[in-house]
Amino acid sequence: MNGRDRAANGRVRTRREFLKAASASFAAAAVGTHSKEVHAAAPRVVVVGAGYGGATAAKYIRKWSGGRIEVTIVEREAAFISCPMSNLVIGGSRQLADLTVPFDGLARWGVRIVRDEALDIDPAVRSVKLGRGETLGYDRLILSPGVDFIYDEIPSLASPEAQARVLHAWKAGPQTVALRAQLEAMSDGGIFAIHIPKAPFRCPPAPYERACQVAHYFSTRKKKSKIIVLDANEDIQAKKAFFAGAWESLYKGYIDYRPNSTLLDVDLATRTLKLDFENVAADVINVVPPQRAGAIARRLGMANANDRFCQVDFLTYESTAQRGVHVLGDAIQVAPLMPKSGHMANQHAKVCAAAVVALLAGEEVNPAPVIANTCYSYVDDKQVGHVTSVHAYDRTQKTMLVVPGSGGLSLTASEGEGIFAEAWARNIWADMLM
Amino acid sequence: MHGAITFQLLRCAVAIAALGALISPAAAADVGTYANLGRDIAANCANCHGTDGRSRGATPSLAGQDAAVIVQRMKEFRDGRRAATVMQQLAKGYTDAQIEAAAAYLAAQAKQ
Repeated sequence: MNGRDRAANGRVRTRREFLKAASASFAAAAVGTHSKEVHAAAPRVVVVGAGYGGATAAKYIRKWSGGRIEVTIVEREAAFISCPMSNLVIGGSRQLADLTVPFDGLARWGVRIVRDEALDIDPAVRSVKLGRGETLGYDRLILSPGVDFIYDEIPSLASPEAQARVLHAWKAGPQTVALRAQLEAMSDGGIFAIHIPKAPFRCPPAPYERACQVAHYFSTRKKKSKIIVLDANEDIQAKKAFFAGAWESLYKGYIDYRPNSTLLDVDLATRTLKLDFENVAADVINVVPPQRAGAIARRLGMANANDRFCQVDFLTYESTAQRGVHVLGDAIQVAPLMPKSGHMANQHAKVCAAAVVALLAGEEVNPAPVIANTCYSYVDDKQVGHVTSVHAYDRTQKTMLVVPGSGGLSLTASEGEGIFAEAWARNIWADMLM
Repeated sequence: MHGAITFQLLRCAVAIAALGALISPAAAADVGTYANLGRDIAANCANCHGTDGRSRGATPSLAGQDAAVIVQRMKEFRDGRRAATVMQQLAKGYTDAQIEAAAAYLAAQAKQ
């Protein structure tokens, strides 16, 4: 018995529901192309991951289909915790609770929320197998699993015990709080060292914002302490002038930035980062490992960009490797100059939601989607700067390109932008979850 | 969810968008016959201005605002005639037809 024999809430289907579903899957199987998928009633979408991408897709499919599409979202966690703003927890001006939003708002949109983990996909029968044994059938599957960390090239961090000591704090949650605790426990005069992997990684400005947040803490509470930023890249990867300016004007003498620093390993006993050209000992070590698409999106050959990220059709966010499976957010192979950000994931999700609603109704998808990014970074507890960009579909290159002349960044941080950053957080969390 | 009213408003938005497309034929080529242009572009605004333009923070609400005013503001941002933090950068990313379609959609949304 597979998921097609069950209704969305797990009970056995009535005859009418079965006929509806059978008709829908017949239509999908018979036609199954981008342009025409005609469904008699209640087609089913399964979304994996209720972060910036998945939650937005789930809500907007319900909204834009007028409730005519059944949506089930599979999520491991009990509530949403935002990665954007989580550096403020490390800096000490926010609590994790300030960044936490429950999932009940999605339920009010009629989304069924299943707290579980998606383990495998059967594309032939269009079903997803979950960790606790349930199997969900779908007409369209949307994966927004975020990133997994790659520890292969940092041998001593292979074990969960080592990973619990040398934190990434690159997924908001217990690690965010634990890194803050390590900084609080460090005596004044200590060194905080952060290692940044080669791009691409989740949220390009975030490592430099984190350096600001730790510097904000040190400059107000631990004035003898220092920060060493070890960057595998040759330069600051986002908002360069903005961060360099903040480090110079607000935190002179606190931050030592060292580009071209490739991490080879960590000596746990001496808390030393072993780099290609030097060894750096520190009291608190924060290693942001290299990343790739979350495991479920790497199945079935979908991580077809360097075996790490998933190439998609930017009109629909459908995987180029698996028909009927869409991928959103940090798991995708981005278009040129498109950052891996929560804001972008939300925008991917709406293009995907519009396309999925259209495809399941046998209608035309948007032939020329336009999406935008706005990303705020906090240099202390109140002052903020931004980077923006607008990306439009290019029919010739079949990708999203930055619209010439659009976008830009703040030259300096301000409290005025801090007010807009706060409004951004309130509105985007509501846009995905309420 | 919001049923027939939304549908009627959408039709209205589409009609206005089509009018905008007639005014600038170059942009109309981008638009094609796609019916939900205004809704989709307006969804870009939602991240900062709230779903359907109903803001929960310091960012202004756009829902139920006069379409002509939204269009005028966007063009002022785009042309550098109105100061802003992000809007003068974002406005440059949109064509007249896209701005007009989004404005029509937002104007048609209930304020609360």
